[in-house]
Amino acid sequence: MKKEWPLWEVFVRSKNGLEHRHFGSLHAADAEMALENARDVYTRRNEGVSIWVVESKYITASNPEDHGELFEPAQDKVYRHPTFYNLPDEVKHM
Amino acid sequence: MKNQDLYNYILGIADNSLILGQRLGELCGHGPNLETDIALTNIALDLFGQTRSYYQYAARIAGDGKTEDDVAMLRVERDYKNVLLVEQPNTHFGHVIARQYLFDVFHLLLMTELQNSKDETLAAVARKGIKEVSYHQRFSGDWLKRLGDGTEESRTKMQEAIDHFWPYTAELFDTTESDQKMIKSGIGVDVSLLKESYYKEVTETLEEATLDVPENPYFKKGGKQGIHTEHMGFLLTELQYMQRTYPNMSW
Amino acid sequence: MSEKEVKNMEEIFEARIARDEKIEPKDWMPEKYRKTHIRQISQHAHSEVVGMLPEGNWITRAPSLRRKAALLAKVQDEAGHGLYLYSATETLGISREELYDQLHSGKAKYSSIFNYPSITWADIGAIGWLVDGAAIINQVALCGTSFGPYARAMVRICKEESFHQRQGYEIMLTLCNGTPEQKEMAQDALNRWWWPSLMMFGPRDEDSPHTAQSMKWKLKRKTNDELRQQFVDQTVPQADILGITIPDPDMTYNPETGHYEFGEIDWDEFWQVVKGHGPCNKERMEARVGAWERGSWVREAAMSYAEKQEKKKIAKAS
Repeated sequence: MKKEWPLWEVFVRSKNGLEHRHFGSLHAADAEMALENARDVYTRRNEGVSIWVVESKYITASNPEDHGELFEPAQDKVYRHPTFYNLPDEVKHM
Repeated sequence: MKNQDLYNYILGIADNSLILGQRLGELCGHGPNLETDIALTNIALDLFGQTRSYYQYAARIAGDGKTEDDVAMLRVERDYKNVLLVEQPNTHFGHVIARQYLFDVFHLLLMTELQNSKDETLAAVARKGIKEVSYHQRFSGDWLKRLGDGTEESRTKMQEAIDHFWPYTAELFDTTESDQKMIKSGIGVDVSLLKESYYKEVTETLEEATLDVPENPYFKKGGKQGIHTEHMGFLLTELQYMQRTYPNMSW
Repeated sequence: MSEKEVKNMEEIFEARIARDEKIEPKDWMPEKYRKTHIRQISQHAHSEVVGMLPEGNWITRAPSLRRKAALLAKVQDEAGHGLYLYSATETLGISREELYDQLHSGKAKYSSIFNYPSITWADIGAIGWLVDGAAIINQVALCGTSFGPYARAMVRICKEESFHQRQGYEIMLTLCNGTPEQKEMAQDALNRWWWPSLMMFGPRDEDSPHTAQSMKWKLKRKTNDELRQQFVDQTVPQADILGITIPDPDMTYNPETGHYEFGEIDWDEFWQVVKGHGPCNKERMEARVGAWERGSWVREAAMSYAEKQEKKKIAKAS
């Protein structure tokens, strides 16, 4: 079978000041084409000011089966959140 | 008409975008894959957008209640002033890319000059158009390189396409009588001066694409005088079908 | 995994969906869930892509530049939506090429509505108004479906499609406010597209064996008949505004239920078209297969060029 174009993931910054967000994916033969395709596919309605593309195979993803050990330990670190600390009402905006 | 020369001049530019847009419109849904379909449609949409600005302006100049659509769709073939290059059919994807690239390079040079026109409307359309057309050239140039320096098969096809379209390029730099009057009055662009930059740019890209620069000295022309190739009539038949079949209606 | 473990996993899985949690591609899922989603999402993608054809037919003949640009943008959106949906399917471990193979070999289905011909300009209005109208009803319901990539694609698609139906209805409105000839064109298009549009919601509930499973996975939020009813209820008043008549002598409003009651759909025709005997099944497939085959050398050249460039880059670096 002939080799078809690989899959790329597209990240778009909607406007300066915001982070790049995953918008979706597409096929392209090379990085340049992936950028152009991303521009044509994902910013048709003026949705972006900057684009990142990365070939999907280079993304390392965490495994859902490791969810417990990766993410649950963070659930009881309540002292990382501001509401953990009690302040009198008179102290506003802290 | 008071401003006949300006009117003619606008159509000389607008018709190229209209006819090329029409050709690209035929392709939507039939390209090599979804990504290229979407990209070529974007180019067509840019061209139609520019076209509308020009024809609205031309319609205002023509007066007597004419609309952009009257100007765009209700002329006889001899009154269309586009170059022969843009009316050539979508024989295969290599032809689409060759036609596009050979036009885009010219188009960008033209827009770059036109933004300095004394005519405020034309200058404004050009300023907006430059950004669009730069992207078109980037797209078609990249594809020219991919197909030229791709496989043996694609190289053969791309060379054949370039050889096929080459004789149509010289016409881009011809000027009509109206053009010359507009150049004198500071409205029009003297396209004959763009020739050198054009062939320099094209030659460089062809070389990068590992393609041979054709040496054919026999050039085809006539579009600017309204003498078109046999393809044009069929293209206009579709373009004008509704307006001709159901005259004087709004849609 | 033992049978018991699988059963246990399935129970946890179903409970997650019941709690409205989203399922993401790498999560464990029952094989049937995966297969059903590949089938349904790719079918949806195929419908977008084949759906470009009947409308694409009219791009070169659109009656005005404004209409031409709008139609071109709409058909382009459909390519985009096909692309989003193929991408969502690909997260389930199948490639776009495999999906195309399924479409081109006739193994995969797509919405039968696109096997009807678009023969007048009014058809472009009717497709936007009725076909997109019906599609939106289905798609809005799917924004809350359980599979994350599908739900996200649907949200984006629904947002983008908001202009599609308006575009079609505006075409109809212009025709109906135009000359008698134009209005007749609009009526004729409604006559031909009405029943196929009702068929878009699929067979009657009693003939739709997968409904229960699909409801559980939130691939469906309402049954075929409920959605069809919703479509009829919203469309009849729109036809009234246009001043054209829905081609159903049995159509009556029931003030007690607040619903329109409509005549019997020709289910023979429905199954005929599904089985490939519609007016344009053959043409649509020829167009798709032709485009793919004609594009083969182009796609191959781009890959070959990319590989050469990559090699050059490596040679330069070393």
